[in-house]
Amino acid sequence: MSIIDSALDNTRETFRRDQVWSFLKEKEVSVDVSHQIILYIEGLSVSFDGFKALNDMNLYINDGELRCLIGANGAGKTTLMDVITGKTQCDEGSVYFGQTHNLLEKDEAEISQLGIGRKFQKPTVFEAHTVLDNLELSLKTNKGVIPTLLARLSSTEILKIDEVLETIGLKDHRMMLAGSLSHGQKQWLEIGMLLVSEPRLLLVDEPVAGMTAQETEHTAELLKSLAGDHTVVVVEHDMEFVRSIAKTVTVLHQGSVLAEGTMDEVQNNAAVREVYLGDES
Amino acid sequence: MSFLNSVFSTKWLDRGDQAGSRTMPFVLLLLVVTFLASFCNLALPADSVFYVSTYTITLLGKYLCYAMLALAVDIIWGYCGILSLGHGAFFALGGYAMGMYLMRQIGDRGVYGNPELPDFMVFLNWTELPWFWQGMDQFWVAMVMVALVPGLLAYVFGWLAFRSRVTGVYLSIITQALTYALLLSFFRNEMGFGGNNGLTDFKDILGFSLQEDSTRIGLFITTALMLSLVLIASHAILKSRFGKVIVAIRDGEDRARFIGYRTERYKVWLFVYSAVIAGVAGALYVPQVGIINPGEFSPVNSIEIVIWVAVGGRGTLIGAVIGAILVNYAKTRFTAIMPDGWLFALGALFVLVTLYLPKGIMGLFDQFNERRNKNKAVDVQETAS
Amino acid sequence: MRNSLIILACLLSMLLSTAHASSDKSTQALLIELTTVKLNKAIPVLKALEENDGDKMLPLFNTLLKGQLYYVKSNKDLLSIEKVDGKKEYTDVFSGEALEPLATKLTKKIRVNNKLRRFLRDSIARIQLSSSEPESREKALISLLSQLDESTINTIRSLKVNESNTSVIELMDVAIAMYALSNSAEATERLQAVRTLDGRLENEVRNLLVSTVKNEADIKVKAAAEKSLASLEDRIENYQFVNKLFFGLSLGSVLLLAAVGLAITFGVMGVINMAHGEMIMLGAYTTYVVQMMMPNAIDYSLWVAIPLAFLVSGSVGVLIERGVIRHLHGRPLETLLATFGISLILQQLVRTIFSPLNRQVESPTWMSGSLDINPVLSLTLNRLYILAFALLVFGLLLLILNRTSLGLNVRAVAQNRNMAKAMGIRTDRVDAMTFGLGSGIAGMAGVALSQLTNVGPNLGQAYIIDSFMVVVFGGVGNLWGTLVAAFTLGIANKFIEPITGAVLASIIVLVFIILFIQKRPKGLFPQKGRAAE
Ligand SMILES: Nc1ncnc2c1ncn2[C@@H]1O[C@H](COP(=O)(O)OP(=O)(O)O)[C@@H](O)[C@H]1O
Ligand SMILES: [Mg+2]
Repeated sequence: MSIIDSALDNTRETFRRDQVWSFLKEKEVSVDVSHQIILYIEGLSVSFDGFKALNDMNLYINDGELRCLIGANGAGKTTLMDVITGKTQCDEGSVYFGQTHNLLEKDEAEISQLGIGRKFQKPTVFEAHTVLDNLELSLKTNKGVIPTLLARLSSTEILKIDEVLETIGLKDHRMMLAGSLSHGQKQWLEIGMLLVSEPRLLLVDEPVAGMTAQETEHTAELLKSLAGDHTVVVVEHDMEFVRSIAKTVTVLHQGSVLAEGTMDEVQNNAAVREVYLGDES
Repeated sequence: MSFLNSVFSTKWLDRGDQAGSRTMPFVLLLLVVTFLASFCNLALPADSVFYVSTYTITLLGKYLCYAMLALAVDIIWGYCGILSLGHGAFFALGGYAMGMYLMRQIGDRGVYGNPELPDFMVFLNWTELPWFWQGMDQFWVAMVMVALVPGLLAYVFGWLAFRSRVTGVYLSIITQALTYALLLSFFRNEMGFGGNNGLTDFKDILGFSLQEDSTRIGLFITTALMLSLVLIASHAILKSRFGKVIVAIRDGEDRARFIGYRTERYKVWLFVYSAVIAGVAGALYVPQVGIINPGEFSPVNSIEIVIWVAVGGRGTLIGAVIGAILVNYAKTRFTAIMPDGWLFALGALFVLVTLYLPKGIMGLFDQFNERRNKNKAVDVQETAS
Repeated sequence: MRNSLIILACLLSMLLSTAHASSDKSTQALLIELTTVKLNKAIPVLKALEENDGDKMLPLFNTLLKGQLYYVKSNKDLLSIEKVDGKKEYTDVFSGEALEPLATKLTKKIRVNNKLRRFLRDSIARIQLSSSEPESREKALISLLSQLDESTINTIRSLKVNESNTSVIELMDVAIAMYALSNSAEATERLQAVRTLDGRLENEVRNLLVSTVKNEADIKVKAAAEKSLASLEDRIENYQFVNKLFFGLSLGSVLLLAAVGLAITFGVMGVINMAHGEMIMLGAYTTYVVQMMMPNAIDYSLWVAIPLAFLVSGSVGVLIERGVIRHLHGRPLETLLATFGISLILQQLVRTIFSPLNRQVESPTWMSGSLDINPVLSLTLNRLYILAFALLVFGLLLLILNRTSLGLNVRAVAQNRNMAKAMGIRTDRVDAMTFGLGSGIAGMAGVALSQLTNVGPNLGQAYIIDSFMVVVFGGVGNLWGTLVAAFTLGIANKFIEPITGAVLASIIVLVFIILFIQKRPKGLFPQKGRAAE
């Protein structure tokens, strides 16, 4: 009898509804940031048909900081993000996430699963899906085929999604198709997708394009609040916005780092004045 | 009725605005029609008004096989944007697996009376069964092959293609090349599948004679049940988060990758699933029409499937089924009245549907519904004011 | 000594025969005499016939040699009766025209014996060898190589004295050497013969050398024969390689013609035109119709057909673009389906108008025949012309794309449609022109194809998949890639074919391309840059 009982107990234990089987759980990735640096970019070069979009770039991002990248159009900011997220192959150089993860060896999905999230310059959401589905798909979960097939939204996940919906102001639009959102709303939805995925490192490409002044402010608040737990790298042309959020600013020019420092330092840097802010002074 | 409601109105179906929500009622309708037709064939005298001839039953069974094939194409084209112009190949492979089993069942009743070898092998002076014919006299082995061979081909092909990110028209063209290569191969006698003539002259299946009405009814009902099963399973799969990922891949594969999905794996498994469905459809088709030959691999056949789906409305599951049945019914009627006209009609169908009916019949249906709802809403408002 | 005796005898007999020719009987009378003369008196009659009307008697002698010569008992008319599959076929001896069958008892066979046969064979050789055209003399010699006997050799020897054409003399030497090699008792003579034969490519020479190597007793001769044979086989192999290469290039040129139009529409407009094969078919049917309309000027019909096919297919292409494809812009998969529908309609249309049967298009005389380079290597003229035509069309196309304003516009649209539009290029017109151009070229491909195969409603279908493979293999939007891909695939096909057979060869090539695309999804010469994405 006791055998049967224990077997039953075991079975019950295995099928407990308040937990997820271990094989369905995503694998926790550990990022070694013992040197306080989360992203190492060294000697990175990318060329397209001979044109050097990135030219021997060196850049280090500290764990938990909020970093702004600025630079003229064509300076290579988007290309940099492309390389980090695995979209573009580089010619030479190295990109490390923490001490151990060589990003150049990994593909987009792996990099994303390591905890690097990205918001694109052009908002890209899944237009045939509802806002809710868009967020559900972006959740930080096991993204393997079988787990996804069996997945149900858990209560914590629903809470998480609700919270994010609140933050991005799309609470009333949760069942709306993403395709019918306005441009600004799509921007927000994309930020929301980034938030629910709880990344270690956020790469945000021109987040406030198409937003009202109020929304811009809101975004600034949001990004600032994210820094600390997360590391945030923002590309933006809007100088006011950059000034309002950034402690450290990096200026890119023709594919390499021109200057780095606080906003004021950068603005007073002679080289920067010459090539980038030249016409403002 | 309340029982039906409790069975079929589960929460996950209750999305009135989505096309997939029609799956359950449709399955019900399908089964009712199937059983009615079978009843009218078996129980009614041949001179009754409601008698359904065995010929009609076989025809219906054939349509249902096509419907299943269309469903397979719809799953990958409508939901994942992969336009396969080679799905006829999976259908034919499933058909050949079934055909091999039926061939072995002939035993010594063939023209040459060889208990071991099918006629065409005797004709080619072969002395023993090739290795890939071994075991095919067992029904279960044959059934495993029906799923395994198309599935495996789809896996290998899909893995190669999706991993190297071949998409769009490129993919379509190489799927077409795939079925073309298979067509050429199966025409060869050396392949051991009966060459040009294919496999035919089947006698019985699982001991039931294929000439008997009751066997035909049995096959017809099996097909309908299989189709229902596949409809329900596909519905469930596509409504799951897996299905959402699939649609996400259709609309933005790169984006899906950037949020962490290995899109090629999703595509491969969906492709395999679809290929297996096509294979099963082929296996059900062969005993009903009594022949399988390399012509089934012809690229034109595969493209025709796509138009069935387009006519019905892609990305709706039942649209594919309706489209396949309608187009094939039209084909049957047309070829009987004016055989030359059919290709004109089919050609025109391709052009007109893509130009004017991109969402197919289901799209029309939705539009109509929407308009009616709007009218209703207007009515309600008017009465309220 | 013996040889000179033979020559003497031969000369004597020739003298005698000329003397005999003075018999002033007409050919007509001689022919009637042939039906009545006794077997052992027939030779003088035949000799007289040879003297009177050598060339014209060839068919008669051949028929007689085969034992198929009969005459009608009543009027002594000569006719040939041959049993084919158990059925008797009656033909006129001289014209080869079919005749009404006659009852068996109305005709009588003219019998031959061995002596007569030998005479006939020599006489035939003599007649052929004394033809006025050096080419026909060469041909006659080559056909004699496999059946050399003493009297033929004597004839050849006697004719060699007066021969002036060097290649004929060479061939005569070959014949004499071959005879010596197989019959001479002297090892030195045989050795000399092997030397003479060295470097010849004729199949008979090769067979003789093979048997010499096997049967020769003399070591020296055997060694020499072995050496010649080895070098001969080497050379034959080389020429066969060239031959395969030629067939490969020929297939490649057909593929190029078929695919280059597709490369334009696909590369520039991103449009998959499944009806492209039917544009080819229309071109082929245009050729057919042109020939029907000018049956007396087949030689010139191609010059009419080529531009006309371009126009016909081109304007159908423009119609398709204006009517259908334009409305499906940016939806490549739908375009694929719609154009497939059009291809079905066009096929059925042709089937309805011209019947589903294949039609034979005649080749102009200047395209038939072949360029015989040596006994192993001969290049058929039509393939040669088509190769040249394909390259010409390709060159013209490059010229149009690179040197004309249309080309400039086309390239601009290909690179950035919206930008081109903003610059004031009328993209819709460019689209229509591009599509017309691509289709028109397909039409010209059809003219070329009609010279190689029969013309039927399924002609296009046969080439469409291959054309796609070429375009995809070469890299979309790259004409040079298409050129390289077409010839690579054509040559690969022809080199695999002898090993595996034609069907397996195309399967292998298909599978290769399928695998290749997995490795390089953008083809051999991919387009680069953001525009490519
Ligand atoms: N795939 C590509 N092919 C060709 N050139 C590219 C590609 N991606 C980027 N570039 C070029 O690299 C340079 C940097 O682009 P980008 O990183 O987008 O600049 P930005 O700093 O404005 O985001 C630009 O001149 C752009 O034209
Ligand atoms: Mg940018």
